[in-house]
Amino acid sequence: MSERAEQALTRYRNDFLREVEAEVEEGEWVKMCMQCGVCAGSCPFGPHWEHSPQKIFMMIRAGKREAVLASDSMWMCTSCYNCVVRCPRKLPITQIMHGLATYAHKLGLAPKMQPTRDFSLQFWANCTKTGRVNELKLTLGLYFKDGLVAGIKKGWSMRGTAFGLLKAGRLNPFELFGGHRCKDSKGIAAMLAKAQEIEQRNRAARG
Amino acid sequence: MAKKEYAFYPGCSSQLKASAANYLVSVNAMCKTLDVKLTPIPDWNCCSASIGYAGGSELSRHVMNARNFALAETHLPGQDIVATCAACWLNARESKEKLDGSAQLVADTNEALKEAGLQYKGVAGVRHMVEVLIEDLGYDELAKPVVKPLEGVKFAGYVGCQTNRPFGIAGESFENPKYLDKLVETVGGEAADKYEQKVTCCGGALAFSEPEKSQKQIRDIVEAAYDHGADMIVTPCPLCQANVEVYQAEINRRQGTKLAMPVTYYSQLMTVAYGGTAKEAGLDGHLIAPTKLQQIAAKPAK
Repeated sequence: MSERAEQALTRYRNDFLREVEAEVEEGEWVKMCMQCGVCAGSCPFGPHWEHSPQKIFMMIRAGKREAVLASDSMWMCTSCYNCVVRCPRKLPITQIMHGLATYAHKLGLAPKMQPTRDFSLQFWANCTKTGRVNELKLTLGLYFKDGLVAGIKKGWSMRGTAFGLLKAGRLNPFELFGGHRCKDSKGIAAMLAKAQEIEQRNRAARG
Repeated sequence: MAKKEYAFYPGCSSQLKASAANYLVSVNAMCKTLDVKLTPIPDWNCCSASIGYAGGSELSRHVMNARNFALAETHLPGQDIVATCAACWLNARESKEKLDGSAQLVADTNEALKEAGLQYKGVAGVRHMVEVLIEDLGYDELAKPVVKPLEGVKFAGYVGCQTNRPFGIAGESFENPKYLDKLVETVGGEAADKYEQKVTCCGGALAFSEPEKSQKQIRDIVEAAYDHGADMIVTPCPLCQANVEVYQAEINRRQGTKLAMPVTYYSQLMTVAYGGTAKEAGLDGHLIAPTKLQQIAAKPAK
């Protein structure tokens, strides 16, 4: 178990709702859910969730900590914001789903083989490295995440699309060796390191 | 002097040879005709999109966006920030609302920004290009430069998610926004106004990580456009455009369909209607050629 996961267990004991309120982005909204189910019916990936947002909110209140944090469901959020605009209590559901997924990941409890978790991590690393997204490296990173052979197979199966994009001037093979970037990528790295430091400081102060 | 001036936030996908390179080409042509001056924010960075959440953190996401605000405020004072990408606009605007609502967050953000020699003041507004067109110029103004009305072409206006929710365009409903249809009619095209998939999610970033689930969404979006007799889809979002156009071949291969529905940007329609060439409208940047638009671009103006 990660150090942060142990600390959370000691600090919040069995009060998972209090833990979510304090540790998860927009978590203080969870108690406002009135269980109407509009979010569950509005989600484009609804049929693929094991637990709809409505269920997740009730599970949090029922203290089902392990089941919530290990759930695959939050990772199915496409950020379409349909649930947010339809929620009669105006809960920022998309942001709470992202917040729960992120918290589960930071505690080391998120499902390991979740493809969207992988993609999310790769995206952040990719865009913060130089300040701008390198689309080619991002795509290849996803194709090759299960190894060289799987990556070559996947790349080969998408060759028609890649060639089409190349012809349309929407893919640059030379991005592999460089690509678009911010001039002050050092400044970006420094400010993000500082942001992390501030968040740790704020967490310790909440203690 | 130009009629309107903005601090432009083009976003990663709009860059040269990136997935929405032709969006930027057509936006530039459209804005030239409308006398709108876009000055890119010097050294702008990625907004971290909606998918970057697990790698980043709340503060680091806001700091990324605040860097762009600070750069715009320093180098282009007095100008609103304008994004063409739905995700850039959404994430920037979400960060701005959070920052404007919390003095503590602004203090933390500025402490981090100081490392890059910057400071966020909170003056510049964050807008989408569609807002500039509709609110700052207005439909009447947009109709004036039309020299080639897009007669005989029917468009399914696919608004998608992030230019529509959670912020959307003022005065429009989330369930049935009308502005895209109105833009189509403004440039003389026919809008498939009963197109019921106009605000359906294409899967967004999950088109990469959950391809089968996303391709089901995309198939619905394209088939409904056929059902309504549309010649092509038009959208304001670069990720909607890429997903809905690019994956049709993949759906055909896997599911035996014969989808070949062109997917264009509003800015391409306007550029062609304003007399721009196919190249100026970025019509050479498609996997599925928008033939009817190319034909109009090739014809001399009436």
